[in-house]
Amino acid sequence: MRREIPLIITFIAGLVFVVQYFIPHPPFDAFEQVFTNWFAIVQAFAIWLGALSLMKFSMLKIRRKQKDWFMSVIIIVGFVVMVAYGAYDGFAGMHASPTYSFRDAGTHFDWLYQNIYTPLTSTMFALLAFFVASASYRAFRARNLQATLLLIAGILVMIGRVPIGDWLTSFMPAHYQASNLATWIMNFPNAAGQRAIMIGIALGTVSTSLRIILGIERSHLEG
Amino acid sequence: MKKIIPIIVLLILFVIALFNKSQLEMSAGVSILVTILLGIAMIVVLILTISGRSIERRIVFLFIGVSLILPFFMNFTLPLQVSPEVRTLYDALAKLPKGSKVLASYDYDPPSAPELQPMGDAFMKWAFRHDIKVIIIGLWPQGPLQANLSVNAALADPEIAKHPPKYGVDYVNLGYQSGNEFVIQGMGTSIRSKFPSDLYNTPYDSIPLLRGVENFSNIDFVFNLSAGYPGTVEWVQIAVDRFGVPVGAGNTAVQAPQVYPYVESGQLTGLLGGMSGGAEFEKITKEPGQANTFLLSQSFAHVVVIGFILIGNVALFMGKTKRRPPIG
Repeated sequence: MRREIPLIITFIAGLVFVVQYFIPHPPFDAFEQVFTNWFAIVQAFAIWLGALSLMKFSMLKIRRKQKDWFMSVIIIVGFVVMVAYGAYDGFAGMHASPTYSFRDAGTHFDWLYQNIYTPLTSTMFALLAFFVASASYRAFRARNLQATLLLIAGILVMIGRVPIGDWLTSFMPAHYQASNLATWIMNFPNAAGQRAIMIGIALGTVSTSLRIILGIERSHLEG
Repeated sequence: MKKIIPIIVLLILFVIALFNKSQLEMSAGVSILVTILLGIAMIVVLILTISGRSIERRIVFLFIGVSLILPFFMNFTLPLQVSPEVRTLYDALAKLPKGSKVLASYDYDPPSAPELQPMGDAFMKWAFRHDIKVIIIGLWPQGPLQANLSVNAALADPEIAKHPPKYGVDYVNLGYQSGNEFVIQGMGTSIRSKFPSDLYNTPYDSIPLLRGVENFSNIDFVFNLSAGYPGTVEWVQIAVDRFGVPVGAGNTAVQAPQVYPYVESGQLTGLLGGMSGGAEFEKITKEPGQANTFLLSQSFAHVVVIGFILIGNVALFMGKTKRRPPIG
């Protein structure tokens, strides 16, 4: 039964959503509402599962004094501080007059979000720019026809998506200015390629989903 | 130590500049001179690369850092053309009569804020100025918080502050709901079932703006800001294709190419792509913001990256990549 019950659950849930899509009338729409609500609840619990797993992993790392264990201390401190201040502001706001939310401007949580969380996460993302530039310098070479086409298209889109491109090509007819060339590349070759990828992904998704719903594919049950 | 010193110097200069930006702002002439110096530095890199010496990645990082930081202190702007997909979105919004209800879905987090926040700010200011009612939701947990930043930015506008919009009447924030695309699907039947209360736990039925708003048939337009999944693709696949509500979107530059097919087919009513899309939207809505400032920085960075790519390819074609110690 250890394998059969998950298979039955998968089959019923998949069937309900497929049938509901084609017959959006009672009682199938009610089933869809119930199942989507359950999905939202399960996903909300999954957020907690992820957070608790991170805490467990970090604590183990600290206890075993593994490499860079101090980073795990920072993770736990950051997590605890955000949760603590969020809870404190939430409870304080509930009993204040007028009431306020822990998310409102001026709370400790909002200060932490705006002045620590936002700049740090933005910085992590921004680091990509440096590595992309370095990787492009080292690896982006026109070694064959396909690479050359990619290079030309990439340069045209990069220069066309910023105003400096039009400034540099202002002497050319309007159709051949950088922004219009970039727009043409995005609307035609790119759109055609993206459509092909989308159709391929959709066909693969239908095939894999049917296999999972019918219990033919069982890799999600392992482990 | 030798390698760290230039980085420390750069950081110190940057911190000083941040606190004294207005005094350090360069005139147009100095800005052009600095640009020329940057160009000369790139030519030196080209000569060194042709002579067979590869450039260490720290030098590349330094060039990128300088090209990103310096434009903040430059005093010139470049003309900006509004692209057709931005104009399509703006035209759709402009056609909405006063009092129309727009569902604004903020589906991104702080890492994507530099690109998407200017779009959200410009939209919110434009909506408040033109008496468009805004219902804010988020499919990402930080989305509603980012939306509040847009609302605060709009409320700080002196003209809007003279007749400030009222929460619950002119705009409302329903907060985040887990469930990804199932939230969109559920909203097609009943928005109340997915958002029984707003961000501040006020019951749905107690909010004046939401009276009579049952599902997508009571929404005039959906404005989606998206950085990934769930986002614009799910809004098109479910809200547009199943329920027929018009959707316009702002995406990061990385995601924008994926949704161009929807723009071409008409499923998506306009697209703001990346920083340039945000700047164009600020221009067409006449709501100046940060996107134009950031775009100058991005312009320089793009030119530097393209320069390095071309330098690398010149070296390849010259065939003089000998094994000599790298510079830096």
